[in-house]
Amino acid sequence: MKRQTIIWAIIGIAFVALIGSRAALGRMGRTYVEPTVKAFERVTPDALPWADQGADAPSAEWIATPPPENAIDRSGVWSERNAAGNQVIGWTSWGEVDPTVVFKARAVASRGGAPGPAFELSWPRTLGLWLAAFFTLAAFSFLYRDNPFYKFTESVVVGTSAAYYMVVGFWDVLVPKLFGALVPEIVRSVVQPTLRQPELADQIAKVLVLILGVMLLMQLVPKVRWMAVWPLAFVIGTFAGLKLYTYIESDLLGQLRAATAQSPLVIVTADPTGQALTGAGMVWQSFLASLKTSLLLLGTVCTLFYFFFSVEHKGAAGRVARVGVWFLMITFGAAFGFTVMGRVTLLAKRFEFLFDEWLWYIDPRGVHEIISVIMISIPALITDTITNMIAALSVVIPTLY
Amino acid sequence: MGLAVAVPILLQSRFPEKPTAIAKHAFDTINDLPDGSRVLLAFDFDPASEPELGPMASSLTRHAAMRGYKMYFITLWPFGTQMLTDKIREVILADFPQLVEGTDWVNLGFQAGNEAIMTQAKSDFKRTFPRDVRGIAVAQIPMMDEIRTTRDFACLIAVSAGYPGGKEWVQYVVTPERGSATPLKAVVGCTGVQTPQLFPYYPGQLDGLIGAIKGAAEYETLVNAEAERRTPGAPVPAKYLEAVRRMGPQMVAHVLMVSLIVLGNVIYFVGRRRGVNA
Repeated sequence: MKRQTIIWAIIGIAFVALIGSRAALGRMGRTYVEPTVKAFERVTPDALPWADQGADAPSAEWIATPPPENAIDRSGVWSERNAAGNQVIGWTSWGEVDPTVVFKARAVASRGGAPGPAFELSWPRTLGLWLAAFFTLAAFSFLYRDNPFYKFTESVVVGTSAAYYMVVGFWDVLVPKLFGALVPEIVRSVVQPTLRQPELADQIAKVLVLILGVMLLMQLVPKVRWMAVWPLAFVIGTFAGLKLYTYIESDLLGQLRAATAQSPLVIVTADPTGQALTGAGMVWQSFLASLKTSLLLLGTVCTLFYFFFSVEHKGAAGRVARVGVWFLMITFGAAFGFTVMGRVTLLAKRFEFLFDEWLWYIDPRGVHEIISVIMISIPALITDTITNMIAALSVVIPTLY
Repeated sequence: MGLAVAVPILLQSRFPEKPTAIAKHAFDTINDLPDGSRVLLAFDFDPASEPELGPMASSLTRHAAMRGYKMYFITLWPFGTQMLTDKIREVILADFPQLVEGTDWVNLGFQAGNEAIMTQAKSDFKRTFPRDVRGIAVAQIPMMDEIRTTRDFACLIAVSAGYPGGKEWVQYVVTPERGSATPLKAVVGCTGVQTPQLFPYYPGQLDGLIGAIKGAAEYETLVNAEAERRTPGAPVPAKYLEAVRRMGPQMVAHVLMVSLIVLGNVIYFVGRRRGVNA
């Protein structure tokens, strides 16, 4: 058997043992919810804080109001009139609640205490949690080799993201910005009651945008593909103009300004941030600040010189360029280090999810019951597993006779 | 590497964080704003970068709420709306229930347009963000009365995962204001990948930079210390220790990686010397 296969077999067995032991020891990977009634009252402008805003004030607005007593027993969206004669609508929403809260309430109730709120195990959210765990493990499976689980996960992520972007693009861009300007009455009556009447100039601009957008789509029609070049040129030209201006101001002039502001190579009383340096450490800190600015100047000059090809990089020029290369390498190294830090953080988060939210091995947030791995000794693990097995057998065996 | 990350998580190892000067500077920039200042919080990130940026977004929101600033939340990323909603629920609704939506904070949600939005916000903020995330027109939101352009904010706090993000905020909004009598202060929190790109802007064009999870852990420590100063003895909720917690596996993983690099070099040089001698 290949060495790689053996390693992965060991990892797989260890993982199955981990989940098996956890399942044998107690609960894991559950999400609980509790009901909350939301109620809103339709009030007239006089009752609103912005009633003095004239034309901008709405004709009526919904504000949160305490729900009726029996509202929690109602299903779906309900509507009624309150004592003031205003319409009140409401519904029951299910908010996530920490498992610890549920277990404590149930423990109190089982000891004859007062029954707590109507907590429920949320099957859809629990399924979502287990799916997230499955997708995480499926993504990790790529470490072994490309496989159907990984492919499936990759497709789900890409498909879901694309769909989300499309929906957001339609509702947050096309509807308010394009349709809202071209057919404001329809948008106002169907989806956005607070939409303002667009100005004529805005409407004309949006017609041009619509034409350019349609022309861009002509890329899909071979006979009139040339039409797509015009909006593309408009987009690239605008973007280039905008970028050129800001890069000159921010990255060229701004950086020149920053470099010249730090020109003194010997700093006595303040560091580059302008922070005053006082006390016994002043000499040392002044030395460090001076060293920093000197290195900055040296690094800038040497690195720029490395890209200056009008002089052959030989002799003294070669040595200066060589120092420039060192600075570049240090910069790339720092960038690599930061990238590694970012990737390790992502890995840590996925492990935290598996161990905390799914397996309930750790509980840094204090939200669910925990059997910490520190607390689990091997004998305890074996004892608990055997106890659970005996309990299960004591139920199963009598039924066989 | 898997074990180096997994074991510290299972053992819940934590290491003390000593804030560096750059983290302190970011903290002081926000902490020293006048009472009641208006701060613009741009959370331009998505679930993919939440592990790195989520903790610093929580700390920055908590800090601004603790200081009683007026908070204006926006995002230029489609997935950012959920990030905004999560942080508002976790921090403001949970720990600062006295703050009133529309008066103390407002979630203006997502606007598509990248740099165009930044440029437009500089000249007409209300036109750029005409409604909040629930569809309420800004004319009906009391705290929006005071806002005309981005110059009306005392500080920009951008938490950024890429494009558009911290770099674009610096280029389009912050730098052009630097020459004015009251320049817009700016603090950017960013991913590890972005940090080297943003370092050149500090301190000339940026007043604070929180880089990666390390910067987040340092900032978290500073905000927790400030909270302790305000209410001595109060326990620190676990959600405000997320970055510090995540630095445990980070440290072990880095020690492993550096050790392997050193070991690899030693083997290389020893091998080369033996080759030369042979």
